[in-house]
Amino acid sequence: MTDKPALSLDFKGLLCPMPVVKIAMAMKQVKVGQTVEAVATDPGVMADIPAWARTSGNELVELEKREKDIRFVVKRAK
Amino acid sequence: MIEKKNKMTLVVLSGDMDKVMAAYIIANGAAAAGMEVIMFFTFWGLKAIQRGNLTGKSIFGRMLGVMNRGGVDAIGPSRLNMGGMGRWMFKLMMKMHGVTPLNELREAAIALGVHLIPCQMSMDVMEISCSDLIPEAEEPVGVAVMLEHANESSIQYFI
Repeated sequence: MTDKPALSLDFKGLLCPMPVVKIAMAMKQVKVGQTVEAVATDPGVMADIPAWARTSGNELVELEKREKDIRFVVKRAK
Repeated sequence: MIEKKNKMTLVVLSGDMDKVMAAYIIANGAAAAGMEVIMFFTFWGLKAIQRGNLTGKSIFGRMLGVMNRGGVDAIGPSRLNMGGMGRWMFKLMMKMHGVTPLNELREAAIALGVHLIPCQMSMDVMEISCSDLIPEAEEPVGVAVMLEHANESSIQYFI
């Protein structure tokens, strides 16, 4: 299990590129090692958030497609 | 040999709504992933960083200012604009689907530290002054500065 996220965000209804933009802005608000949790509805998030994590060097902790939305958790790595 | 940085340079020549939108989306994605992003606006592309007021000093410059109104709210799509109807329809459809409008995309890019750099020569020719541009636009430069950025970048796009 991971620690409780430092931030919990709602990206429902947001389309490309805003989920990636908002998660990048959220990374600046937390300390290195802390996590941010977000819920989105854009199906593009399933591919885009892992790609963003690889390029930005942050860690994707969780990514799950749920019945009505997608939940993910990322950890600030640097 | 210059070392490539984690950097992207975009040359924005087009002033069409769809192409400017693509440019700002790519810039946002790259900046969000931690890249340094340079957007170099030339010719029609200047409209994407204009405030939207009427421009020009000479008769030709003022005519151009009327027929080629700048600002992200005034620009239309490259196809199917149909005298502004296409612009209205696309804006409405994008709103219906929850797509972030151009002005907000530009604000997000600015918040992520994207550099908005105008082309000096285009500004001279089209009689657009620095006061016609949004305050976030940086000092106008020429091709050599753009190429220096592009040379250091691992990604370069021309839109």
